[in-house]
Amino acid sequence: MPLSDPLPRISRRVSLQWMLGAAATLATANRDASLHAADPSPIAKGYGPDPSMVTLYKPGDVWPLTLTEPQRRTTHALCDLILPADESSPSASSLGVPDFLDEWISSPYPGQAADRSLILDGLQWIDEESTRRFGKPFAALSLEQQESICQDLAPLKPAPEFKGAAIFFKRFRDLTAGGYYTTPEGSKTLGYVGNLPLASFDGPPLEALKHVGLA
Amino acid sequence: MPILSPDKLQSSYDVVIVGSGAGGGQTAYTLTMEGVKVLMLEAGRSFDVQSEVAMLQWPSQAPLRAERTPDKQYGFHDCSIHSGWEIPGEPYTNAHEDPGNQFKWWRQRMMGGRTNHWGRISLRNGPLDFKPRTHWSLGFDWPLSYDDLAPYYDKVEMLVGVFGTNEGIENSPDSSPGVLLPAPKLRVGELYAQKHGPKAGARIVSIHRAVLTQPQDAANLPAKLHPGNVKAQRILADSMRTRAPCFWATDCHRGCAIRANYDSQTVHLRPALQTGNLDILPNAMAREVTVDKTGKATGVTFIDKTTGREGHVRGRAVVLAASSMESVRLLLNSKSNLFPDGLANSSGKVGKYITDSVSSSLGAHIPAFEGMPIHNEDGAGGPHAYVPWTRTQQNRLGELGFPGGYHLEFTSGRQMPNLNVVSGLESRAGSETVLFGANLRKEARRFYGAQLGFGAQGTMLPNEDCYAELDPVLKDQWGIPVLRFHWKWSDFELNQVRHQQDHIRDLLEALGGKVQPKTEVDPRTAIRQGGTVIHEVGGAIMGHDPAQSVTNQWSQAWDVKNLFLADGAPFASTADKNPTLTIMALAWRMADHLLSELKQQNL
Repeated sequence: MPLSDPLPRISRRVSLQWMLGAAATLATANRDASLHAADPSPIAKGYGPDPSMVTLYKPGDVWPLTLTEPQRRTTHALCDLILPADESSPSASSLGVPDFLDEWISSPYPGQAADRSLILDGLQWIDEESTRRFGKPFAALSLEQQESICQDLAPLKPAPEFKGAAIFFKRFRDLTAGGYYTTPEGSKTLGYVGNLPLASFDGPPLEALKHVGLA
Repeated sequence: MPILSPDKLQSSYDVVIVGSGAGGGQTAYTLTMEGVKVLMLEAGRSFDVQSEVAMLQWPSQAPLRAERTPDKQYGFHDCSIHSGWEIPGEPYTNAHEDPGNQFKWWRQRMMGGRTNHWGRISLRNGPLDFKPRTHWSLGFDWPLSYDDLAPYYDKVEMLVGVFGTNEGIENSPDSSPGVLLPAPKLRVGELYAQKHGPKAGARIVSIHRAVLTQPQDAANLPAKLHPGNVKAQRILADSMRTRAPCFWATDCHRGCAIRANYDSQTVHLRPALQTGNLDILPNAMAREVTVDKTGKATGVTFIDKTTGREGHVRGRAVVLAASSMESVRLLLNSKSNLFPDGLANSSGKVGKYITDSVSSSLGAHIPAFEGMPIHNEDGAGGPHAYVPWTRTQQNRLGELGFPGGYHLEFTSGRQMPNLNVVSGLESRAGSETVLFGANLRKEARRFYGAQLGFGAQGTMLPNEDCYAELDPVLKDQWGIPVLRFHWKWSDFELNQVRHQQDHIRDLLEALGGKVQPKTEVDPRTAIRQGGTVIHEVGGAIMGHDPAQSVTNQWSQAWDVKNLFLADGAPFASTADKNPTLTIMALAWRMADHLLSELKQQNL
């Protein structure tokens, strides 16, 4: 009966404190995804038309993850080749991006069905190609060896024999980058510093105005 | 116990309102503050804005990075439940197969209706918008003028809390002094467009949005809004004091747990419930307005969705605010011996003259924004600026090939990244390979926030080809006949979209933008499909003539004097302004009229 509650008087200070507390809770929430690779669920269901919007979800909470252990190892390696750690940024795998990719391709919704076959086929292709070239699956290769394969997939106009795998690589890159930059930590490496309650909005700083010739 | 189950209903109410959104909310507020006993039926469930909206959750904390799915069609954190273009068990149909001749219908089955999900853009219709026949020899003049509605715009803006500036632009009216809250500072992209836009004939000013930029003036506004009504003043002052001003984070479409922006529960239903005069029955799908032998409305038959059982509630007057098309459907389904073609339909105009905002958009990469110094520009959870229509004079001379005009809304800035944040990166960076590793990081950072787009929303005057009727066969899961839509753009809309595309292109190029695609777009593909702006209005239009319209200027049905409409259905046209503010102003004016009719025993 939300509407019948007695009316609480929320001062600005209290509401800001409350929201900052909520922000801190969100930032430190458990982000460990379950790492088991369940069998594909033929009856996986979506979250329905009325899911709790405030709940903090992680991949696997709503429908089971379905990548096998070898597929997960390849996903993990490819994610970290696309976004490795550097001196100021965490790696894709440390932000749970492989779990997100698993969630994405395990989705019960029609919008992800095409990606599921594209990515599962692509993971298989890249392991076979790794074995053909270097005698080991992708995750077991050296960084140089991994890069040499990806260099062949990266051209927007790839050689004919890499055409199919290049489509996979581009999509995998898009999802990896999207999965990375939509985390709190990843968004900061992009330069997004919002989602933070403030007491006032002061407009653009002087250096931003100077950047576009307005100051 | 103001939110009830069907067994707790009173035997009769003064007024029964169908729908809890902007129109229903405003009507309930105005009536209950004056002591009228009201029952509100809502087809969705109760919804607690304070505890159920996702304010600071990140996309990574939702399934699929909060991307759209058939279950959450505007994304996981959007404040919409049991909502969508398609709702299981509640179909509608289109008479034509060509998507260009189809209407898409957004329904939102939850307490507060669609006010939970909107951009809070609150622009007044201007004087010309009410008199299109007089000015452009097209459409129908509304049976009231801007001056009739202006006091109600002032009142709604004071009640709701709207920020903005008065700019003295013809047909984009100013508010009375002291009504608007201070506008927030513009973002860097908005300022840049403000400086360079005039080269393309675009004037950029602060937009008006229903977001509190400072606490509401609880000491003075209640006396202005409810003179002589001490109880109403006290309740409103209490309500205003529970609302915190914006804390400059999160998209308003998520809803607002601190009540900084407007939704129907936050502003209307809370104080209305505090009066003790409002009962709300959720999960009640209205099926039919019942009438007596004399042709007066007696109440509403509904289906309790929790049990599937039918119920009926009596009222001295009935107000439909179920959303314009749902109200149309109710009227058409309320057939009786006295009203064989549906209620209030002696003119045959129920369902006719549906209009929607004429909309198209275009975006560009703005090189000047590359490598922008990092800063937080979340701001008020939506645009701070817009491009109002300033070519009224040109239009008056008939130079443009379409009536009315359009305004432009910004999509810009360093917003919270979504899953598609790097799409198009290679083309912007001029790279011939898919970027990964250090290059990906560098270029993603350089181009983040360097996109700028404009969406146009323009005038649509009614035509004979855009209407709804009952589908002859199909019924929904409750056995209620569903709507079938007919839709056809006229040359005026297509001419306008051509103009929109040219103008936006000029504007983006004036900002140094590299517009994609480079060639002119076919207006039939550029125009957003009917209904998809979710601004559909009409279907029970108001007018001067009972033979040509469904209601009088008070949104009171010509045929049934105790039946009123409070949503977008009575709109006689769509202006180049968003409809919600006008829905509320019309509803308040209607409710004042209803009050006086009740007092005079005229109903």
